[in-house]
Amino acid sequence: MVLVICVSFLVFSLMYMMPGDPVDMVVDRKVSLERKAEIAHELGYDQPFFTQYKNWVKGVIHGDFGRSTRYKSDVWDLMGARIPYSLKLCGWSLVIELLIALPLGLLCAMKKDGFFDRFTVNFSLLMTAVPAFWLGALFILLFAVKLGWLPISGYSGIKNYILPVATTVLSGMGGTLRITKTEVLEVFNEKYVTTAYAKGLPKRTVMIKHVLRNALVLVTTLVFMSIPWLISGAVVIEKIFGLPGMGNLLLNSIIVQDMPVVQAVLLLIAILTVICNLISDIVMGILDPRIRVSLSGGDN
Amino acid sequence: MSEELLRLENLSIDYKVKDGYLSAVNDVNCVVNKGEVFAIVGESGCGKSTVAHSIMNLLPGGNEEISGKIIFKGKDLRECTRQEMEAIRGKEIGMIFQNPLDSLNPVYKVGDQMAEAILLDKVDKQEAWNRVIKLFKDVKMPDAEERVNSFPHELSGGMRQRVMIAMMLSRNPELLIADEPTTALDVTIEAQILQIMKELKDKFNTAIMLITHNFGLVAEIADKIGIMYAGEMIESGDVFEIFAHPTHPYTQLLMQALPSKTKAEGRLKTIDGSVPRITEKKPGCRFANRCPYAKEICFNENPEAVFVGEGHYCRCHMVGKEEK
Amino acid sequence: MSNKFKETVHECWKNKNFMIGFVILLSVILVAIFADFIAPYDYAQQNVGDRFEKPSGDFWFGTDELGRDMFSRVVYGSRIALWVAFLGGSLQLVIGVAVGLACGFFGKWVDRVLSFMTDLTWCIPGTILALAVVTLIGKGLTNTVIAISLVAWASYARTVRAKTLSLKNMAFVETGKAFGESNFSLMVRYILPNIIPSLIVMVSLNLPGTIMSTTTLSFLGLGSQPPSPDWGLAISKGIENISRAPWLSIFPGLALVYTTFGFNLLGEGLRDLLDPHMKSQ
Repeated sequence: MVLVICVSFLVFSLMYMMPGDPVDMVVDRKVSLERKAEIAHELGYDQPFFTQYKNWVKGVIHGDFGRSTRYKSDVWDLMGARIPYSLKLCGWSLVIELLIALPLGLLCAMKKDGFFDRFTVNFSLLMTAVPAFWLGALFILLFAVKLGWLPISGYSGIKNYILPVATTVLSGMGGTLRITKTEVLEVFNEKYVTTAYAKGLPKRTVMIKHVLRNALVLVTTLVFMSIPWLISGAVVIEKIFGLPGMGNLLLNSIIVQDMPVVQAVLLLIAILTVICNLISDIVMGILDPRIRVSLSGGDN
Repeated sequence: MSEELLRLENLSIDYKVKDGYLSAVNDVNCVVNKGEVFAIVGESGCGKSTVAHSIMNLLPGGNEEISGKIIFKGKDLRECTRQEMEAIRGKEIGMIFQNPLDSLNPVYKVGDQMAEAILLDKVDKQEAWNRVIKLFKDVKMPDAEERVNSFPHELSGGMRQRVMIAMMLSRNPELLIADEPTTALDVTIEAQILQIMKELKDKFNTAIMLITHNFGLVAEIADKIGIMYAGEMIESGDVFEIFAHPTHPYTQLLMQALPSKTKAEGRLKTIDGSVPRITEKKPGCRFANRCPYAKEICFNENPEAVFVGEGHYCRCHMVGKEEK
Repeated sequence: MSNKFKETVHECWKNKNFMIGFVILLSVILVAIFADFIAPYDYAQQNVGDRFEKPSGDFWFGTDELGRDMFSRVVYGSRIALWVAFLGGSLQLVIGVAVGLACGFFGKWVDRVLSFMTDLTWCIPGTILALAVVTLIGKGLTNTVIAISLVAWASYARTVRAKTLSLKNMAFVETGKAFGESNFSLMVRYILPNIIPSLIVMVSLNLPGTIMSTTTLSFLGLGSQPPSPDWGLAISKGIENISRAPWLSIFPGLALVYTTFGFNLLGEGLRDLLDPHMKSQ
């Protein structure tokens, strides 16, 4: 909660500290000084910093993020129209990435130093050196330009999402895969796994009930923590493929310095980050009884 | 009277490491009979835990090379398939580990973790649960009926080790390997655990292979003893025999290093130097560099195990040939 | 002395990651230094007659929408990448080390406040935070690097803090204290030297990320502005013309991957050589 307040404050300060007169963004440059002051007054820009902040927070709590200075429309409506695109992109990417990366990570851990493991690790290492935007470009080149299977950009149908999702998945997968692998390997070396074997449990049972069950705790955290990163990655992906999502909105608003929109989007992402952290804590608590104690102890 | 249960024959284990290999266990021979307590004693890093884990085929895996035989009830465990080994673990050989803190899975209730083993014997759930509670009482767990529903982190170290003992005895194995079962515990708890192990041994007639560096423990519970140094079992035999007449220089020095109640000597004796890491196969006694009696032959030739007395063997050039 | 040096060289020689990374980086650095001699044309020289030329003997990597030689632009782009690595690396290092040392050394409220700040920058995605900072201080390459560094210092601070905490109570620091050394001198002369190996490793592991983030911001149009030969900017323009001139996005991307991959390998190699304990992470 403290985090949300801090972020909201920072986000708002951003606008206040912006070089230049915010009124210039709203009106034509040729307008007289008196007229400018009038508009500033109307928009509340002439009030002291904390009053402005207070008003803004009040508005946000009531679901009013102010009005975009560029589109001259309500920020909330503006975002509402964009959110579905980003949601679709991030949702599909997350699901597919996990479906691929988790089993692969597990496989790498089980067959450590095998051919498959070395191949996957090197491949993911290489992928970390390949920027998402270039990968996207290559995909467009291959599948859209050369083969003509998929559209270059746009947002009309499901086909438009294949390349963006593929790009997101591929550029994010390496990290997830490697973390899954290390976590599983770590659990392998835990004493209680040896105990489980010593009890006479068959390998399958040990793998499922002891190794996977315990690795799950850490992987869950990973999943929730990766959501904010996914969203930030979406800025780039949306730009490459021309998807009119939140990332594109944020980017364009930054370029034309449409402050109310920037503030709102940043705040939304910050809140989402906090929520994801919170959920991951809760899920961890459910999965791991040790943490349950410290949570109910109120210490954390 | 004594029937052979486990026999190690020329057991050697090498770890492949970056700069060659590391000889963790070399040419170990020993016999554990039914219902008997065999203690393996040695300094840290002498390979005693490696021996214990190799019997259960529970070495970390990947980079070790094992040779020799591990014969349990007439069958070489090293030739067992994975399924056969799984059937032996827990059912015929149980194992307790050094640190009870991390040898229980933190996310399951201790009762469930025990029942999991018992259920392998195809008993119904209620029956298994009753046995868990009975075993908890056998290991003198206070409030047994409630403790079965605890998570490991809610129990103290001593209680967790009781859980481990109960778990490993739950299927009445004939051999229990206890790898430093009390090292991580307080001295008072150690005594309690020891008492429990003694009682259960008599009750179930379980043979115990006790891995320890604590001579007090050995004197308390063991029938036979094997002393390990740098991966080799340098002396083995009846516990009273060895305590009374240690033959190998290392054993003698160990005995002198024991704090003794009767003598007020002021300071404990120590053995100079430390256990060498054996990374290359060269002939010579591994203790030679620390041995006060070392002669030229000790550096050049491998000593063979020499028969000293009834069931008493010693690996030393100086033994059996005139004086030391 | 020379023997020790020989040994070190031998160790490095044996480490494949380090050697390959080193060679790659050396080549990039040489290209950057001798860009004036390597590049056949001026990177900003426009030639409307030669727009969208395919790669050929005259224009190895083809020409862009303004008829500029792509090969020359890629060559000059290496200077930007290295400048970014240098500036970003040192900025992050200075902030991270200062904050981490202060946190670990003073503890108490200093630690709490600064740790909170590190956590804050840690849990919000870097790109977004950098975007926010760029909004504040304005577009441009240097500003972008500053923005990225303001985001990326947190990982340094964490490591330095942890190391300082463990070193603080070591006997030799206590000795220094007993000799009446000032806090500053304790930090700089006693603690810092012991952290340096891990710092070198961290820097080299973080540099590819810095280059990548900066290029990403340039790609988004917030970093380098035209006519800069920045690789990210070039790829961005390349995508606009991707069906007409695919080479515009391919070659700068290859250069970028080559460089970051080199840094990655060098970092991994250095980690094995200097800080073997970190390997498990």
